[in-house]
Formats: sequence, C-alpha cells, structure tokens
Amino acid sequence: MRSGELIRRLVLVPPTLFGVAVIVFVLLRVVPGDPIAMMIPPGASEADIGRLRALYGLDQPILQQFATWLGQVASGDFGRSISVRQNVLELLLARLPATIELALLATMTAVVIGVVAALVGILLRGRRAEWVVDGGIGVLLAIPDFLWALILLLLFGVLIPLLPISGRIDPEIDLNLRSNFFLIESILTGHFDIAFALLHHMILPALALALPFAALVARLLKASLAESEDQDYAQIARARGYSRPNILLHEVFPNALIPTVALGGVQVTLLLGGTVLVERIFSYEGIGNMAIDAVINRDFPLIQGLVLTFAVLFIALNLLVDLMVTMLDPRLRHG
Amino acid sequence: MTATLAVEGLKVAIGAANVLRGVSLDVQPGEVRGLVGESGAGKSMLGRAVLGLLPANTSVTAGRIAFEGRDLLAMAEAERRSLLGRRIALIPQDPMTSLNPVKRIGRQIGNLLRHHLGLSKRAALARTTELLAEVAIHDPQRVLALYPHEISGGMRQRVLIAMAFACDPALVIADEPTTALDVTVQRQVLQLVERLRLRHGSAVLFVTHDLGVVAKICRSMTVLHAGRVLEEGETTNVLVRPRHAYTRALLAATPRADRPAEALRPVPPDLIDQLWSEAYRLDQVPAVGAA
Ligand SMILES: Nc1ncnc2c1ncn2[C@@H]1O[C@H](COP(=O)(O)OP(=O)(O)OP(=O)(O)O)[C@@H](O)[C@H]1O
Ligand SMILES: [Mg+2]
Repeated sequence: MRSGELIRRLVLVPPTLFGVAVIVFVLLRVVPGDPIAMMIPPGASEADIGRLRALYGLDQPILQQFATWLGQVASGDFGRSISVRQNVLELLLARLPATIELALLATMTAVVIGVVAALVGILLRGRRAEWVVDGGIGVLLAIPDFLWALILLLLFGVLIPLLPISGRIDPEIDLNLRSNFFLIESILTGHFDIAFALLHHMILPALALALPFAALVARLLKASLAESEDQDYAQIARARGYSRPNILLHEVFPNALIPTVALGGVQVTLLLGGTVLVERIFSYEGIGNMAIDAVINRDFPLIQGLVLTFAVLFIALNLLVDLMVTMLDPRLRHG
Repeated sequence: MTATLAVEGLKVAIGAANVLRGVSLDVQPGEVRGLVGESGAGKSMLGRAVLGLLPANTSVTAGRIAFEGRDLLAMAEAERRSLLGRRIALIPQDPMTSLNPVKRIGRQIGNLLRHHLGLSKRAALARTTELLAEVAIHDPQRVLALYPHEISGGMRQRVLIAMAFACDPALVIADEPTTALDVTVQRQVLQLVERLRLRHGSAVLFVTHDLGVVAKICRSMTVLHAGRVLEEGETTNVLVRPRHAYTRALLAATPRADRPAEALRPVPPDLIDQLWSEAYRLDQVPAVGAA
C-alpha cells in the first residue's frame, strides 16, 4: 500500500463512520422498545413519561435527534447513558482497554497455536499423521467461541476449579495503575504479580476466543505453505541441497505468510465480535459485556457509542492488516 | 577417467507408466552434452532424477546414477545434500518463477554461499558482488538490493546462472535455460553459460529442443525418445551421419540458414506413431519386473 492509497483509505473513514451512525440511529428508533419504557416504574402517569421523553430528547423528530447527536459527537460528547447514568465516552474509555487487552491476548495465543499447528501439519504432509492435524484443526474450527467459553468454564472453573471464572481481577488486589490498560501497564512497570493475577482471569476467555481463530490461522497457513512449497523456487531450493525444514522455514514461510495475514487478519474482526458473548459468560468488564446490558436496557446513547467504537476498531484493524501485507510483500511496495 | 555423471539403465515410473525406460548416458569432466528429443521424451525427468527432484508419485525402478563414481541413489541423504547446489548445480528453465519473490537478490545468492561454503556474511557479500559482475551485470551493488520482480527475465536468468556456478560445480544441469527468453537475450545467455563453464571447468548436461544450439556448444549429444536413448555420440557424427530415422527427421525439421524454407519437413507422423506404439508395447512389460 503506497502513501496515496493510505490517504485514500483515511479519507474514507469519516463517511464510513457516518454511514454506520445513520444505520444504527435509524434502526434503534424503528425497532420497537425504547429506553423510557424500560425505566419507568409501574403506574407512572402519561405526563411523567412525556417529561422523561423530553428530557432525553426522544420527543423530537428523528432527523432533529440525529442532527443534535451528530453535532455533539463531532465535538467529542457522546451523551449520557440512560441506564447507567454516566457519560458514555467515559464509560467507553474505562471499558475499552479491557476488551483490547483480551482481544490482543487471544490473537497472540491463536497465532502461536495456529502457526505451530500449520508447521507441524506441513512437515507431516503426505503422511498418515497429517490427517490427525487436519482433523484437530477441523474440530477446533467447528466449535464457536461461546461454546468453547462454556466448555472451558465447566472444565477448568467447575469440574477442576483451577482458574477464576469471572471478572477481570480479584477485587481485593490494589491496582494503583494510571491507565485502564491494566495488563500492559503492569507488565511495562514491572508489576508482575498484578500481571499474573490479571492473566489468571484472562486465560479462559482468551482461550475461548483464540481456539477457533487458531484453527483458522492454521488452516489458512497450512494451505498457503503447501501451495508455496510446490512453486519452482522452493523445488529449486531442494536441488541446492537445503533440507526440507530449512526450505519450509526460510523460503516457503515468508511467502505463505502473505495470503495468511491478508485473509486471516481481517478475521480478527470476528474475534472482536466474539468478545460480546464471551465477556458476558465470564463476567469480564469489557465493552462487549457492556453492549449486552445496553441493548437489554435500550440505552440508545450507549448503544450508539458502542457501535461507533466497534466500527472504529474494525476500520483500524483493516488498515493495519493492509499495512502488514505491504510490509511482507515487496511486490506491493513498488507497484 | 571417472565420468562426472554416469547414468546406467535408469528406469523411472509414474504410477504404472514408464517415463524413462532404461536410459544410459554419461558426461565426462568438462564436457558439454546435449540432451535432445521432442516434448514428453523424458529429458526433464532425467535431470530431475539426478537432482533428486522427482515428483512425489514417481519412483526409480532400476538403474544407477553415479556422480564422480559415487551412486547418488544409494548415498545418505545428508551426503547427497552436500553435493547438490555445490558440486551439482541447476540452471532452471523459467527465470520468472525460479527466484524467491520476497527475498532480495543479494540475500538469495549470499545464503547459498554461506550454506555450502561456510562464508561469513561479509565474505559472502563480496563474493556475491563478484559473481554478479562475472555474469555481466554491470552495477552489481544496485542489483544486490533489488527483488526479483524489479529486474528483467534475462537479468534473472543471469542471476540464476551466477547461483549455479557460485560454488564451482563439477556438473551443471541446464534444462532449456533459454526457452523462456526472447531471441537476443537467448544468445547472450548461451555465451554466458559457455564462458562460465570454461572458467569454472564444469561439465554441462544441456537439455534443449534446439539442434542449432547443440551444434554450437555441445561436444556430444544424446537423442531421447519416449524414455529411451535412440542415438548418442559426438555431435558432429550424430548430426552429419544420423543413424536413426528419428534423428534424421528431427534434423530435417530444424530450420537452417543454408536451406530454403520450403525444404522444412516436419518429423513424419507415421515415424512418431511407430515409435510411440513401440513405447506403449514396452509399457505393457511391468516396470518393476526389471528391478
Ligand atoms: N508431475 C508429473 N506427473 C505425471 N506425469 C508427468 C509429470 N511430469 C512429467 N510427466 C510425464 O513424464 C513424461 C516425461 O516428461 P518430461 O517433463 O521429462 O518431458 P521433457 O522431455 O522434458 O519435455 P519438454 O520438452 O516438454 O520439457 C511425459 O510423458 C510427461 O507427461
Ligand atoms: Mg522438460
């Protein structure tokens, strides 16, 4: 991706976000159920309901509401959550780091598992044991992340209670950190006891998110490795006296990585989407978990803020993937 | 004197079909032997068998391949690998697909030198620069830092030739190294191979369709058809007094400057039919039976 392309992509970000904003705004107001209905006590008078509606601006025409909200968002004000009664932006900033850390840990775990599985699989290529690897990958891929969450929770939380099954960290631990990136900050500042306690809580949800993604990475990478190994340059490397593991690692792997990152990188968005249910199952305090509460309570401002946040994450991820592919493939760098 | 390469009674089968049906051929030290024959004759299979590059479903069912007297098929994997790329080298057919697309030219050559000759990074770089200059690349420093897609096909073939001769091989197998190039570049590449093999004292097994090229650079030649050697000998003898009808037909089908175009005759179809039906008959004899 050359700089021209990068600029073009960046220019497209605001219109994309605007489109997302329109869709979520309209959908929320077309679908039945509104936040006021969820919060009024039984027996409230029509006048009370009307006052509440006016308070949140819900008595205005949709276009008017949208214009008001958009103006506020543009100036960094996402409004107040109706159900939690806090500033939406503050809520997001408090919770987003938890989700980012979980997704990062899950992605890294998945990449390690996936790359190892693919390399083992390709080394066994053509032998009977290759089927074992392919079968294992198939099983991992067939079970979705939330099911893994339940399985892991039952196995390591209930049957063999090795690991905590809820929350981000034990409440009695004094964090005393400056940012909300607890894990990253505690590692960077050398508070490894805290990092360890955090990881203890994150292992199960991260693993649940990682396993299907690891299988995807393994399958993509193994297929690309097989394809690259059949190319002339890899065959010729054999005629130059390099051993097969050497060729796979040094000649084939750098080539196979390109399609794997291009196709697999975008799939991290699926993993991010998976955080919604998995965070819920493990009562992990990230934005995914918060999204479910927001939807149950029809908390319009919070839902809108969350959807925009996810949209920004997805766009950033796609850009990042394209940048990485460009770095890996010299043919894209020089056109 | 031990032959650099001695192939004896080599039989190679793909599934039930015999691709090579008992091929014998040798290449003496410093000799250039042409290997000709129509498409599908098994020329590349022979080269691949020597280099240990036979496709997965292929098997050698009989015969011996000796390099400087040592049986390549019988020796340990590690020993064979130490010969390949160092003592036995390959100039591939298609320069566009034969270099690793994500590695710089300098690194690809340098790795080979470090792998086989144990050179340091610095020494490998110096030697790489020399090698590129040797294949008439005028600005080696610049080319070192380029990726394969940034240079032309002719240039890539030069790089591949430099890699083939990098470790002073005793034998170079060139499988139609000029077919993928255009005519003017073909001639330059041929001259280059000729110059380098003289300088490095390498023997060459030169696979080609082009009898003109054989006449020019090969001292001896072997005519292959349907996996068998039909004729072999000194190039001048074979070309001037071809004994086999197929060789005569092949010669007649080759365009020559001293002969009018209308005299060009294709290889007679009934001759090819006859040879192929014979080959088919040979296929009915089980390939493994001979082993
Ligand atoms: N990978 C393969 N699988 C099956 N059959 C093959 C394979 N490669 C080659 N063959 C067959 O083996 C025979 C010999 O092929 P080979 O490539 O050696 O011919 P060639 O003389 O090099 O021809 P060309 O001049 O076209 O390169 C042919 O009949 C071909 O169809
Ligand atoms: Mg061939």
